[in-house]
Amino acid sequence: MNALGWSRLQFAFTITYHYLFPQLTMGLALLIVVMKALGLKRSGTRWNDLARFWGRVFALNFAVGVVTGIPMEFQFGTNWARFSNATGGVIGLTLAMEGLFAFFAESAFLGLFLFGERKLGPRGHLLAALMVFLGSWLSGYFIVVTNAFMQHPVGYAQDASGRLTLASFSAFVFNPWGLWQYAHTMTAAVITGSFVVSAVAAYWTLIGQFPEHARACLRLGVVAGLIACTMQIFPTGDRQGRLVARFQPASLAAMEGKFESGGHAELDIIGQPNVEERRLENPIVVPATLSFLAYGSFGATVEGLNDVPRDQWPDNVELLYFAYHMMVGLGTLQLGLMGGSALLLWLGRLERTRAVLWILMLAFPFPYIATTAGWTTAELGRQPWIVYGLQRTARATSPDLGAGDVVFTVLGYAGLYFLIGILFLWLVLREIAHGPAEPDAMASR
Amino acid sequence: MHALWFAILALMLTAYVVLDGFDLGAGIVHTFVARTNEDRRTVLAAIGPLWDGNEVWLLAAGGVFVFAFPRAYAAAFSGLYLALMIVLWLLVLRGVSIEFRSKVDHPLWRSAWDSVFAISSTALAIVLGVAIGNVVRGFPIDASGYFHEDLFGAARSRHPGAIDLLSTVYGGLGLTALGAHGATFLAWKTSGALGVRSVAAARRLWAVSLVLFTLATALTAVEAPVFARHVVARPWLLPFPMATVAAAGIARASLGAGRPLRAFLTSCGFLASMLVATAGALYPALLPSVIDESFTLDAYNAASDRAGLEIGLWVWVPAIALSIVYFAYLFWSFRGKAEGTHHHY
Repeated sequence: MNALGWSRLQFAFTITYHYLFPQLTMGLALLIVVMKALGLKRSGTRWNDLARFWGRVFALNFAVGVVTGIPMEFQFGTNWARFSNATGGVIGLTLAMEGLFAFFAESAFLGLFLFGERKLGPRGHLLAALMVFLGSWLSGYFIVVTNAFMQHPVGYAQDASGRLTLASFSAFVFNPWGLWQYAHTMTAAVITGSFVVSAVAAYWTLIGQFPEHARACLRLGVVAGLIACTMQIFPTGDRQGRLVARFQPASLAAMEGKFESGGHAELDIIGQPNVEERRLENPIVVPATLSFLAYGSFGATVEGLNDVPRDQWPDNVELLYFAYHMMVGLGTLQLGLMGGSALLLWLGRLERTRAVLWILMLAFPFPYIATTAGWTTAELGRQPWIVYGLQRTARATSPDLGAGDVVFTVLGYAGLYFLIGILFLWLVLREIAHGPAEPDAMASR
Repeated sequence: MHALWFAILALMLTAYVVLDGFDLGAGIVHTFVARTNEDRRTVLAAIGPLWDGNEVWLLAAGGVFVFAFPRAYAAAFSGLYLALMIVLWLLVLRGVSIEFRSKVDHPLWRSAWDSVFAISSTALAIVLGVAIGNVVRGFPIDASGYFHEDLFGAARSRHPGAIDLLSTVYGGLGLTALGAHGATFLAWKTSGALGVRSVAAARRLWAVSLVLFTLATALTAVEAPVFARHVVARPWLLPFPMATVAAAGIARASLGAGRPLRAFLTSCGFLASMLVATAGALYPALLPSVIDESFTLDAYNAASDRAGLEIGLWVWVPAIALSIVYFAYLFWSFRGKAEGTHHHY
């Protein structure tokens, strides 16, 4: 593998690892606001205890998200110098705005949320939680818009040397691709948050600890989870898919394993793409559905890869195909699980149905996997371009960077992140085992 | 427009050094001034709610850098690949050490993270100094607009690499100046034995910083002639180095007189005047080329297109106003002396 391949691997690894944390940060931020609001309305300390408990988990998760996020912004320069040279005049704006508008608010109010409950009073503390939520969701927006520019560049002009410059601020910041991508990404974050909250609640319920708190978390997690899982598929997933069909037809063809163009295109549930022979092996299909989902009509023509020049195919059709199918499969499964749990909750039987509690407890990795698969789909689907139709990934690297340097840092990141991951898991499991009781009771504090 | 964005970038980096400087500095003197577990928790409680926001200035400055001067951003970060990656790893380890330390009550766990915190803070301060030294001296930028610099120069190489005499002195200055800044901050925010030891450490570090500042200034005049020429041609720059020297003296004296807040504010002035003088003498260059002056990347040839920069200004002004409000509110909320019995540190 050359420096390009290693740089791609390094970015893929560091961004995938990093995003394990912000997705929970953003999902939990919303749920903590709900907890604080309920704490203000309902009697008893239950919801405020829970906001404090999840605040502690949030703080650990946030810290790892922050430290693993710092290398992301700088890697545009270190490994992708020709990309940042060509596009910095556009995407630099949203990167700077993320820091200026979102991170400052988030870090300032997180400090107040974690350390200032007594000073701020109940309303002030709710406000701090709300600002943390707004800050984290705003930072998500700026990053998604930056990515949306790479997926579907708008609002730019190109100068004589080929560099992109900002032509319209509003076109760039309100990229139609970005709006749906953002909605899809944020509902995914809420799903992660609600699965984690439900898993902890299910664990407490199964071992009979903190019954009051467990019941509250279970209700919140399942209700939020059902809403988010539904919105994940419709409307956000649906609209995101239509955008891909419209602006990145080659990507859609590869995601669906379509080689032949034609109307009444069938939707395949699963199969194995054979890129050499240009066919899908062992397909299980639903007739004409893909045409309908992508273009709203059963007769609509879906372009296959055979009609796309070979040098514009996504360069890893197989992985793209499976990443997409994993995302869709897990998304469906998650909706089923939350739908079933919500039904049991409504019937008042969820807490006694131990089998479902077991599933809820063990299911929390699913949204992490689905989200990773979703981003893998977006990023592989964009290939061979780093900015769709404008700059190829192969022409975006740093000109003087050797493979040796990158292998060194890939291994360095692997070691460092492995260590942090183990320590993080251990610390979070301690928090969960300790539960929502006051931390002062914990010998460690 | 280009001069304005140059000033904005310099301002944001200065804000980063002044703000993150005091928590880096607290890390540098941490193991010396805070001897007991309780004292160490007090140090972390003093910087705990602030360090993360301080570090955001680095990220925001990075964003401004790539937006306003993409060519220089691309050249600098790819050319200093390994040095920058090591900085990033240190930042990761340092952030983790602050947040993880007090989560587990075990003496070994705590002293391990204390060491990580102290070592990473020390190394980062040195690297910041070395980085400024490198910018002052210049890079082997050629006609391509890019360069590749090793950490250490090969014995026969024409170019010495990122670490040479000049950048080493700057590194030393970075270490003692930020150490003095951090110790002064702790003198202001803590009391008791910890406060007393912080005052003593700060006074000593201020003296050393002053010596190193003089040495660095003299070396710069010799090693970076363009830089010296600019200073001579721009007499309005002269008050800044004088203010730097005066600030170090005043900070030291204020500490002796039991006026820690005044000492801390002058300490901020010390760092700011030093950095403003550097940026002012550098202008318009962002990355000077040591191969040929015509290859230098400056605020004009490395900038984004003018229309884009104008749009950016409309975003930057309200954003920075908002940030200042947040920061003022945050510092005001955590005013007063820090206590080690704080919930989280």
